[in-house]
Amino acid sequence: MSLTVPIPTPSAVRSHRRLPVVIALAALVVLVVVIWAVFGSAIAPGSPFTQRLSIGDKPPSAEFWAGTDLLGRDVFSRVIYGAETALVGPIIVAAGAFAIATLLGLLSGYLGGLVDAAVMRWVDFMFALPGPLVAIVVVGVVGGGYWTAVAVLVVLFTAPDTRIVRSAVLAQRPLPYIDAARALGISKARILFVHILPNILPIVLAYVVLDFAFALVNLAGLSFLGLGVEPGTPDWGRMLFENRNILFVNPLGLLFPAGMIIVTAVSMNLIGDWLFEKLTR
Amino acid sequence: MTRTGMVHFILRRLAVAVPLLLIISFGVFTLVKLAPGDPVRALIGSRPANAETIAAIREEFHLNDPFLVQYGKWLGQVLAGDLGRSITGNRAVIAMIRDRLGLTLYLSLMGAVIVLVGGVTLGMLAAFKAGSRVDRAVVMLGVVGISSPAFVTGIFLLYLFGVVLGWFPTFGPGRSFFDRGWHLVLPALALALSIMAIVTKITRTAAAEALGKDYVTFARARGLSRSRVAFAYVLRNALVPVVTAAGLIVVGLVAGAIYVEVTFALPGIGSLIVGAVQERDLPLIQGTTLLFSVFVVVINLLIDVIYVVIDPRIRFARVES
Repeated sequence: MSLTVPIPTPSAVRSHRRLPVVIALAALVVLVVVIWAVFGSAIAPGSPFTQRLSIGDKPPSAEFWAGTDLLGRDVFSRVIYGAETALVGPIIVAAGAFAIATLLGLLSGYLGGLVDAAVMRWVDFMFALPGPLVAIVVVGVVGGGYWTAVAVLVVLFTAPDTRIVRSAVLAQRPLPYIDAARALGISKARILFVHILPNILPIVLAYVVLDFAFALVNLAGLSFLGLGVEPGTPDWGRMLFENRNILFVNPLGLLFPAGMIIVTAVSMNLIGDWLFEKLTR
Repeated sequence: MTRTGMVHFILRRLAVAVPLLLIISFGVFTLVKLAPGDPVRALIGSRPANAETIAAIREEFHLNDPFLVQYGKWLGQVLAGDLGRSITGNRAVIAMIRDRLGLTLYLSLMGAVIVLVGGVTLGMLAAFKAGSRVDRAVVMLGVVGISSPAFVTGIFLLYLFGVVLGWFPTFGPGRSFFDRGWHLVLPALALALSIMAIVTKITRTAAAEALGKDYVTFARARGLSRSRVAFAYVLRNALVPVVTAAGLIVVGLVAGAIYVEVTFALPGIGSLIVGAVQERDLPLIQGTTLLFSVFVVVINLLIDVIYVVIDPRIRFARVES
């Protein structure tokens, strides 16, 4: 396999030395969100569900650090609990879409012919659809909220991901190690999964991270339209839907979850871009 | 490409677009049939549920026919320009769309101007100052832009410029032409940001590549002015990939408008679709979704054709292949 190892260029060697500050910060943000998602109940100062209708929406105070929403619920605790739906769905979407796309891309890129034609026509068709609208209408009409949304996004994400994997496979095909493997009479399946797959995995990994950011934004969007998570669930997108009328009284009820969506998505995009640079050089 | 070659290309693209539209229309029709529950109950709206109304509805929506016949009749009506009646609005779907089309077009066009002017300017700026602070700021802005959906950007813009600074109105679509423009500044900005980030990235990469080309070095060596080099040599070449991305930009704008209209409570097509979905107004969902998808397919078709017409390299490449 030594043939596929690229000779490191001087600039690549330099970038190997230390972690850029921006990437370290991004990783820190992601770590915090992961901790919130896993240990939310231990960290949150209060319950995200307790309603205090007599209080209503209030600006931040010593008791409620980010104020309360229209139903008197603690915004800060709801944002911490909201990390869960902000992580779980996007992870499933990114990993699921790429698992399917890797299989399709490998088959289509390596086998070519009819398989390739069929897969690519399907990809072209998906590209011709207005994705965000399809998600809104399918999730809205079929119902089922969050998990339907996750399933629809897996399908929508699979098409562009397949294109990425396929072109990565096509780049491997003319390399000598493939010829060598074929000359040795190694089976197609083994060439695909033991020889080609490890070589395209770095690219796939970087794109999974980028897909995560995109999925987070899309799922939050559906919840913002009232179509994602169930009413009452602490979720960043849903909070923007429920708190849309309290911008004047307690702006944090909107700005905090909105900020978390951007900060998390930016962090994942930065990490994804950085991984892409590192792993594909 | 010769004239007959051009005609052939357009016919080939049409041969793809027509079945595509048929598949989409079938998808839209089937989807609504998949809605859980009895379609009659969904279609009946607020009317009294007696035997007579139910029979009338089964007749109106051809529910007694086999599924494919239902689709055929529906498609026939759609092709004749009849998108049915909205249940909640109790009006012709086509009339409701007509009422709201103006605002969405206004918003999308404003967004498009911001995307193109802002994106190309920032991308060129970053390419010419490669490696500088300006460049890094533009790249960072690009990452933030791509990560910020229109509804989140919209909330921050509303808060900053509407609530804290009070520079722009926070509510309503405005009355006269200019008043409307004034009301749509923040929505258009929210709509434009994430797409502008993509255009900036494309322009920056393309302009940086053009800057390294021999023809630019030679133009400089001939003593052409900096602005001449920038506009006539670098910008012109940097715009090619932007044109390639035109389909992406248009779809991004129109789809983004759905979220922006909801965020800013604007009465356009986007909020009409979302409202229809939330209210489960099946004919309105069918009509708006179909119109939207047809628009996207037609735009992509037009862009493909325009692209071949304006770029000589593609014209010749296609003839050779």
